[in-house]
Amino acid sequence: MNEYSYTALIPLLPLASFLLLGLFGRKYLSSVSGWLGTGSMLVSSILSLIAAWQYFFTDGMVNGAYQKIIAIQYTWLQFSPNVSIDMGILLDPISAMMLMVVTFVSLMVHVYSLGYMKGEERYATYYAFLSLFTFSMLGLVLSSNIFQIYIFWELVGVSSYLLIGFYFDRPAAVAASKKAFIVTRFADLGFLIGILILSFYTETLDFNLLIERLSTPTPQLTGIITASFMGISALTWGLVLVFIGGAGKSAMFPLHIWLPDAMEGPTPVSALIHAATMVVAGVFLVARLFPVFILSAPAALEVVMYTGVFSALLAAIIACTQTDIKRVLAYSTMSQIGYMMFALGVSGYYAESGAGYMASMFHLFTHAFYKSLLFLGAGAVIHLVHSNEMKDMGGLRKFMPITHLTFLIACLAISGIPPFAGFFSKEAILHAAHVNNSFIYWLALITSGITAFYMFRLYFSIFWNKASKIHDNHHGEGTWSMKIPLLLLAIGTLLAGFIPFSSFVTADGIPYHSVFNIGFSVLPVLFGLSGITIAWLLYQKQNERAEKISGSLGGLYHAAYRKFYIDEVYLFFTKKIVFNLIGKPAAWFDRNIVDGFMNLLAVITQEISALIKELQSGKVQGYAIYFFSAICALTILFIYILN
Amino acid sequence: MSEVPLHHILFVSTALFFIGMYGFFTRRNMITMLMAIELMLNSVNINFIAFNKYLFPEKMDGIFFTIFIIAIAAAEAAVAIAIIINLYRSHKSIDVEEASEMKY
Repeated sequence: MNEYSYTALIPLLPLASFLLLGLFGRKYLSSVSGWLGTGSMLVSSILSLIAAWQYFFTDGMVNGAYQKIIAIQYTWLQFSPNVSIDMGILLDPISAMMLMVVTFVSLMVHVYSLGYMKGEERYATYYAFLSLFTFSMLGLVLSSNIFQIYIFWELVGVSSYLLIGFYFDRPAAVAASKKAFIVTRFADLGFLIGILILSFYTETLDFNLLIERLSTPTPQLTGIITASFMGISALTWGLVLVFIGGAGKSAMFPLHIWLPDAMEGPTPVSALIHAATMVVAGVFLVARLFPVFILSAPAALEVVMYTGVFSALLAAIIACTQTDIKRVLAYSTMSQIGYMMFALGVSGYYAESGAGYMASMFHLFTHAFYKSLLFLGAGAVIHLVHSNEMKDMGGLRKFMPITHLTFLIACLAISGIPPFAGFFSKEAILHAAHVNNSFIYWLALITSGITAFYMFRLYFSIFWNKASKIHDNHHGEGTWSMKIPLLLLAIGTLLAGFIPFSSFVTADGIPYHSVFNIGFSVLPVLFGLSGITIAWLLYQKQNERAEKISGSLGGLYHAAYRKFYIDEVYLFFTKKIVFNLIGKPAAWFDRNIVDGFMNLLAVITQEISALIKELQSGKVQGYAIYFFSAICALTILFIYILN
Repeated sequence: MSEVPLHHILFVSTALFFIGMYGFFTRRNMITMLMAIELMLNSVNINFIAFNKYLFPEKMDGIFFTIFIIAIAAAEAAVAIAIIINLYRSHKSIDVEEASEMKY
């Protein structure tokens, strides 16, 4: 117990709200459930702001470096004197930063849902699930123990599953929720094996100890962790497996297939889970174990880097061709997370060489604002036109001025146009990439140009392009509970970039002063502006140019439109190969051998009972005769034979 | 006056026992079957008394057992008649062959 023990309340309040709404919500509290959830979230966000303030400005800094503070720690399962699963709260720069992001975005989504989900039949259930998600996500970022993070990791997956499948009467939503759960679950298998490898060698599950032991290994431990398996050290294997878990949650290629489908959930949920919080859990995990990656297994970090940059580029290309506005946003999320991943990959550890790490966390921070803003804006648009398709939209700027303005701000931010938040974080990432790896830098630069193009394609298609089909009988932009979060997030998007992030979050905990280089940022901004210009030419007014270009690209356009057939590859692999080679033989074995054995036992029992059931005739006197004969037989036995 | 030899008494009790058994196996009326059981019990009582008198005249164990058996037979008759009455109420019959719901 110490002065930070109140931080336990931050995740526990949403848990309480979940239990209350989950148990009594539908029957007794359905009219106030939204306010209940929002209220507990508000308290939680205030507490986390206090905690972050206290950490960054009062207590966190000791001898010029931010310390890791264990706020609460208690042993939950003791395996041996050295190894136990603990439940605890760890405060360090990234968890304090994540606390603010998660609670703020969650609060915004809670408020927004007051208007957006109004009149839903399962309103209370929706808020219960939102609270469950927030609890799990906060537990995840505060975990002091790698097994605790795994528990919350799964809880996050479950609540994401529940929320994607919220409209369970739609088959597409059900399929999407199952897909999301199975794909991430599959990735989590890697995570679990990774945890087991790491904890097997270090004999601890505690983050601080784990990082300490692996980043400065004793000679004895060095011998073990460099023991290779298939030419790669055990430590690298463990970290790559952990990264696979992170890649599954963060929708990195090739485990990204669930994210676009997850857009079947209610739009505020997409804003919370599939844009700002849950999907960055993978980045957070890599950042949490960053010292191990950088100091002991740089090869694993290269995997992170190439996966990240490839996902960023691939998702950006696919996003250019999609017509469902939420899917465009989903691919742009995937692309931006790719940025965060490769930024970690190009980072060093000490002081300014750790700029990539800082940039990645900075991008995570700013991305949470503008991406949830984009999703909430898209939600407002969908609320108005009752469709996700771009072709049903156009010319909406007159009908929804606030949404239009905030959406524009977010689009400018994600395109990296100064002075919006995305500009600063993206510059930091590109700069880190430029210093370390020019190949990655150029790929990232191209991706940022494409990003600007598809975001403004989206923007122009929604708000400009053709004349609006909406007539006067529309129901307006939505209630104030929907507009206020948009405005607050827009303010966040405007201001978040000016935070001197490197004085708070750095790889080794020691703040440094980052130098902002104007000369460097000319090229990325030019790329962004040219992307916007192309989008303006093609989509600002209704014209044939876009169709002509996509027609001339032919097969490439079609491949991107079909998401490069990755879903089809998965289907081929699962349906044709796994089902035929593993599923069908297993089913045959189950039906014929396992069931057959059980059926055989049943048949034997049945036959025997058919034979002997005649004895039980229901005739009392028959029983008396058996009894008497048995007595006679026993008498003869005991008197004449055994005697 | 000469005493009745032991084997005469045993003969009577054996006869009584098998008459009871025959009755138990052949009759379908439950009251009759109950009476047959009483016959068998009484044949046992006679055996006890006879052995007590002829083999251990100075002891009274056999007599105690007999009294026990009489008491138990009375109790058993009460229970059995109660069962028979219930059976009659549900089946309108006290034929044991009729009450065969519990067979396989």
